Amino acid sequence: MSVPNFPDPSLVRGLTQRRFGRRDLLRLSGLSAAGLTLAACGVKGKGKPSASAAPDAVAKFWAGKTKNGHVDFANWPLYMDPKQPELKRFTAETGITVKYQEVIQEMAPWFAKVQPQLSAGQSIGYDLMVITNGIQFAQFRDSGFLAPLDASKMPNYVKNAAAKYKNELYDPHNVYSVPWTSGITGIAYDPAKVPAISKLADLWDTKYKGKVGMMSDTQELANFGMMALGIDPAKSTSDDWTKAADYLKKQKSDGIVRNYYDQSYIDALGKGEVWITQAWSGDVFQKNASDGTNFKFVVPDEGGTLWTDNMTIPITAKNPLDAIELMDFFYRTDNAASLAEYIGYVCPVPDAQAQMRTDADKKTGADKAAILALADSPQVFPAQSVYDKLHYYASFQTAALQQQFQKTFEPIVLS
Amino acid sequence: MNRVKRQIAPYLLVLPGGLWLLLFFAIPMVTMLSLSLQQGDVVNGYVFTGHWQTYVDALSNYESQLVRSLIYGVVSTVILIVLAFPVAYWIAFYGGKRKSTYLFLLLLPFFVSFVLRTISWRQILTDDGPVLHPLKALGLLPENVHILGTAPAVIAGLVYNFLPFMVLPVYVALERIDPRVVEAARDLYADPATAFRRVILPLSLPGVFAGVLMTFVPVSSDYVNSAVLGSSSTTMIGQVIQAQYLANSDYPTASALSFVLMAVLLIGVFAYARALGTEDVMKVAAR
Repeated sequence: MSVPNFPDPSLVRGLTQRRFGRRDLLRLSGLSAAGLTLAACGVKGKGKPSASAAPDAVAKFWAGKTKNGHVDFANWPLYMDPKQPELKRFTAETGITVKYQEVIQEMAPWFAKVQPQLSAGQSIGYDLMVITNGIQFAQFRDSGFLAPLDASKMPNYVKNAAAKYKNELYDPHNVYSVPWTSGITGIAYDPAKVPAISKLADLWDTKYKGKVGMMSDTQELANFGMMALGIDPAKSTSDDWTKAADYLKKQKSDGIVRNYYDQSYIDALGKGEVWITQAWSGDVFQKNASDGTNFKFVVPDEGGTLWTDNMTIPITAKNPLDAIELMDFFYRTDNAASLAEYIGYVCPVPDAQAQMRTDADKKTGADKAAILALADSPQVFPAQSVYDKLHYYASFQTAALQQQFQKTFEPIVLS
Repeated sequence: MNRVKRQIAPYLLVLPGGLWLLLFFAIPMVTMLSLSLQQGDVVNGYVFTGHWQTYVDALSNYESQLVRSLIYGVVSTVILIVLAFPVAYWIAFYGGKRKSTYLFLLLLPFFVSFVLRTISWRQILTDDGPVLHPLKALGLLPENVHILGTAPAVIAGLVYNFLPFMVLPVYVALERIDPRVVEAARDLYADPATAFRRVILPLSLPGVFAGVLMTFVPVSSDYVNSAVLGSSSTTMIGQVIQAQYLANSDYPTASALSFVLMAVLLIGVFAYARALGTEDVMKVAAR
């Protein structure tokens, strides 16, 4: 029934008896080395090379690159028709195959995920990734993780992009990035459950206790807190951040916030988990189109934010030439139009509006009406009056300020 | 020659395990300890400065999540013992020839990934899902009642996911009890309740201890259940560590929190082992 006396005392003695200077060995290899080891495993950063690339950086990066006939594309969900008509056209026309993966759900985790490989100079397995302007965009750029783009390889972009999309605030002269699309962060709600919503203040209304969704991205969250208090995020100071954080904490402690969401907020809205939520303009349009729901999206009276998601090439990409060709492909008017017809986000190509009307003429009935409605939608081709209501993200002069911003808002999401 | 061999043999025997521990335990621990004492940011790199203040800040910022995790851990473990003991008892003493079938049934859900199973619960319990929707439609519950996003939902998920890890060790301990010992107790005029209390229960405690080890530690540091079934008011320390590592790239805070969690869990487990009497545990476990 039993194995008596385990561990066997003789074995224990055998394992612990002093023989060949075990203690010396231990002292040498362990204790004294420990101090050295602790100090030796620092995590290397990549420093700040420069906000704008050196003049020869472009030539240096692109020299000796060859086409390989394949692109690995990392994008957010709800950013392309699942049938991928544009990519099929691209492959048919150029022979370059594309593997499209919807692997990006939120910016901070994405940066944290690929940062170690990029630091080590290894490929992240993607040649093209879509990055939102904001804290992580700056981190990618300042770490030297983004390839400087060669404008001469992007004739359609140069010709067709609206002027605003060729000189973005977060990337002057668009050295590292080409916009995929812009979007508006506003409020989505379910009209079956709540009356018409028009103000940010509605997100703080105790009537909707436990049914309000906010975003877990600290910048998105902070922006709404600030705008609700009448603060322009782009001009905000650290005092404003504290005020906004307190206001957001109140929203949370009053039990109004159901949860802080990444891209999954749209699913929570669909399941009835939340009735009102912070939302990205095009998602609501796509959700309604694909699931037959009737959710509404509004730019709040106090304002919404305008952001841009950008195509970028990681510095370690294996197929940069194929990737830049694909980037440019999306700036051909017909492709820009067909993409906007599906995703319903702000289109960076003005000529696409006319193209969408032409596309609509080829369709009939509901399809035609839907495309025409999008071509006239202020969310796809915003009029100046809409732009005037929109705010931009805060930008940070120093890394310390950015950390302070994070530390101010992080605890709201995490606790 | 022979003597030398005999002297080296024990070292050779511990070599594979020792190397394993060195590679996958000691080195990561040292790296993490170093990380927790570094300062900097992810773009410019982290440098070792011996900044122990990180521990103080991390603890004061995330104390509530740590306490919450321990409460969830203790509550879940107690519920697990209460649920698992009768199941294990029944299989061990009344399972008869079908013992292995019952054990197989117990393990059957493990053929599906636990993340998938947890997400399924989310689908079932969601606000307009198959459980709540009919009740709301009948007017039995107000519209804004929800199960998801509450502490009971998270604890239920934890209990559900870790149940077999408690049942199996308890079962093994009970199964080992020699029926003749129980018979002897009865022969000495112990009624069934006394026999259970004085004989079966003490003999099963090492199994319960093993079960607690296998559930309390992972339950307290779990982050999946809280992330899937919980909300911002049920955040557990595992989620904070995960977010600091994998979202905010704040490695020092994440490492410091990991160490604190480890220390707290170790203290808890040792305290429990002491209360139960470790020696007995070792003895019975060795049988």
